[in-house]
Amino acid sequence: MTLTDKHIRYTGKFLFLAGFFLFNLTLFTGRYRITNDTLALSGLNEEMITVLINEIGPLPADDLSKPQIIKITGTAIRKANKLFRQENKSELVVYNVPETVFNISKSGMTGFPERKKELFSLLVFTLTIAGALMIFAGNTEYNKPGIRNNGIFVRPATGRGFAGYALAAYLLLFYTCLYFFPAWITEPVALTDPISMRITGQPAGRWFMYGFLYTVFILVLGIRFIIRYRNNRYQVWRTVSVIFFQTIFAFSIPQILAVLNQPYMDLKNIWPLDYSFFFSYRIGEYINAGTIGYFMIGWGIMLIIIAVPVLTYFFGKRWYCSWVCGCGGLAETAGDPFRHLSDKSLKAWKFERISIYSILVFASVMTAATIASLFLPGSRIFGMPANILQGIYGFLVGAVLAGVAGTVLYPVMGNRVWCRFFCPLAAYLGIVQRFRSRFRITTNGGQCISCGNCSAYCEMGIDVRAYAQKGQNIVRASCVGCGICSAVCPRGVLKLENGPVKERVKINPVLTGNLNDIV
Amino acid sequence: MTKHVVIIGNGISGITAAGSRPNKFGWPGQDMKGVHGMYSKQDLDMLEERTSFIKHGVVVGGGLIGIELAEMLLSRKINVTFLVREESFWNRILPSEESEMINRIIRSHNIDLRLNTELGEIIGNNDGEVTSVITKDDEKIECQFVGLTVGVSPNIEFLTGSGIETDRGVLVNNFLETNAPDVYAIGDCVQHKTPPTGRRNLEQVWYTGRIMGETVAETIAGTRIQYRPGNWFNSAKFFDLEYQTYGIVNAVPGDDEDTLFFKDKKKGYALRLNFLKHNRQLKGVNSLGLRLRHDVIDRWITENVTVDAVLNNLNMALFDPELYSRPNLQNL
Ligand code: SF4
Ligand code: SF4
Repeated sequence: MTLTDKHIRYTGKFLFLAGFFLFNLTLFTGRYRITNDTLALSGLNEEMITVLINEIGPLPADDLSKPQIIKITGTAIRKANKLFRQENKSELVVYNVPETVFNISKSGMTGFPERKKELFSLLVFTLTIAGALMIFAGNTEYNKPGIRNNGIFVRPATGRGFAGYALAAYLLLFYTCLYFFPAWITEPVALTDPISMRITGQPAGRWFMYGFLYTVFILVLGIRFIIRYRNNRYQVWRTVSVIFFQTIFAFSIPQILAVLNQPYMDLKNIWPLDYSFFFSYRIGEYINAGTIGYFMIGWGIMLIIIAVPVLTYFFGKRWYCSWVCGCGGLAETAGDPFRHLSDKSLKAWKFERISIYSILVFASVMTAATIASLFLPGSRIFGMPANILQGIYGFLVGAVLAGVAGTVLYPVMGNRVWCRFFCPLAAYLGIVQRFRSRFRITTNGGQCISCGNCSAYCEMGIDVRAYAQKGQNIVRASCVGCGICSAVCPRGVLKLENGPVKERVKINPVLTGNLNDIV
Repeated sequence: MTKHVVIIGNGISGITAAGSRPNKFGWPGQDMKGVHGMYSKQDLDMLEERTSFIKHGVVVGGGLIGIELAEMLLSRKINVTFLVREESFWNRILPSEESEMINRIIRSHNIDLRLNTELGEIIGNNDGEVTSVITKDDEKIECQFVGLTVGVSPNIEFLTGSGIETDRGVLVNNFLETNAPDVYAIGDCVQHKTPPTGRRNLEQVWYTGRIMGETVAETIAGTRIQYRPGNWFNSAKFFDLEYQTYGIVNAVPGDDEDTLFFKDKKKGYALRLNFLKHNRQLKGVNSLGLRLRHDVIDRWITENVTVDAVLNNLNMALFDPELYSRPNLQNL
């Protein structure tokens, strides 16, 4: 019995590591060429190509390494841009240099894994996914019902040990490349080409690869989560829900829309998390798309002004953060082993309140400027035109905080760093939850033994115990309603529920401190 | 537990909160290295250290701490033999059905549960480190750790000769006052001269200590009030099975009491309702694997609600997380 479990687990580990190794190996095996054809394939226009070829000089006859092609094309584009600016041909200037370098590299790929792409892709994804599933299947901790967190604070990967920091460093590299230097991860993107070709008929871009990996993570680690918490129906259903919204709403529908030549929309993404919703290019796309585009605008606005307040009134912010959202979905599934790393200190709570509402204000100001500029082109807020504000916001919040920091810090500061400290939508949902909601976590009379499990595993860093030991209900703007505090409590003290607003914050003196009310 | 007396104010008022300490019943070898109670942080540190190299542990005593200690050893992948004097786990407190359920759970975790077995002697090597135990039936069990979890006793020796009245604990009246003026006792060391109704004279549970502290605080602050802990309640967790109890449920129901016991084999939960025969008033509730609302059950007990009303309104008292299936009493 134990022997077979062990065998499954070790085989799983071996397969996973083999797949993961191959995945990373491809980063070093790629070769590239630059020809007229590959330049044309990368989506540049004729004039640009001519200038580029001019700048590059004689096209290299040999295959290039990745650093070479990045250097050659990057330099050429920058020189070409300079030229266009001097000649006042601003319409030809390439604004997104890294993206263009990536496109040129991608269409010029040769060697491995390009030549055996189908095979490589199949190997990498089957090995890693099958390996991961076998690791879960062979985990004896899951044999019995009940949630076991044995050793979670001391294991290097989950206890801020070497493995944890190594993982963070790896993620940091990956995300930095993904957002800022995509050409460095051309091969992983190419590995998802076979999948992209089958779905959309187009080769994969970096965001297709990221979306695909993201969905696979939520799916596979969602399965782990469901096995682990299978005796708690609340946990099972909300995980089924985030898997559904990720695979259907975030991943599939946008691909289908693209195939149908309709504008991009993730129908569950809500402003201000979806900070570019009002940007002129998107509104323009929607308007050009006609009826479906108008529906999209209407749907997006409905989510902001009706769905958020109404659903949050009835269910608390959890309806979004723990049941629907993609960031929340990744945090709950892939981030599950790290939830205890959240900072429970008062200082962290104070920082959280300042940072999250500042970003909500920033997002609102930026969006106000954006909307003003739709109607009054050239208008400024604080002396800045909308596009500058958009640029700052997109870089700082959209890329650095939401993209890079949010996930990189899982093994260091817990799985909800973005959601807790920075997400402007969480701020908005939180205000509604705090002041106008039926949701609360009820404390069960005097049953709390102050063991601290609830606080330890609260990913939002809420000191749940401080409330529970006083017999006080928990009403906090930040609580995402993950229900883990309730799941890990050994004495059945906590219950997430919706109920009459007037009994929300109550203390029951009879049960907590004698028959006096000195609590 | 180190003893301490907290002196409040200018020394006129004193509170003794001396706590309790693990019982040891004079077994040969009971003070050897590797033999420990499970009470203090020091015990925990020792356990952490020893579990890094030991292979087998013996836990003595069939109560709440014993089972937790066994679980702690298992979490470090250490085999456990669990010696329980009684014929079933914790059956001085739990009715036989509940107790039997827990026996089964203990065994399902591959713990070697020895019922009707008492510790005879602890054997060690030349360095004074435990190497095995011998039961009263002369069976030898190799081990490198022995956990003694056979209850705790009030820590009161230091009061000998102080003039403060003691028996098994520090004797106090309903205001938690000892016989010496301005000296109060609270917590595990307390023995009530006249315990509140439905309560025992020695109650070493976590919340009574807190309530006593709050009571004495109020008294010292100027309003002399009685200790009124309300209806008895308690809870525990046996591996993955949560247990809650409210009101009075004795291991064997009293002559004037009757009992209803529901059990769902498949889902693994159970519910017991004890009530008075003549008027069917609820006396106490045990639940295993079902979370119940403290305030609702407490009110029902205080208001002498009938067991039939309880069954009809059970939904009001359920506290399991959302989306759990409601227990269907027909199926129980
Ligand atoms: S308080 Fe509980 S439900 Fe809320 S975020 Fe923390 S663990 Fe999740
Ligand atoms: S997990 Fe439960 S018993 Fe432990 S501190 Fe939290 S509410 Fe209290």
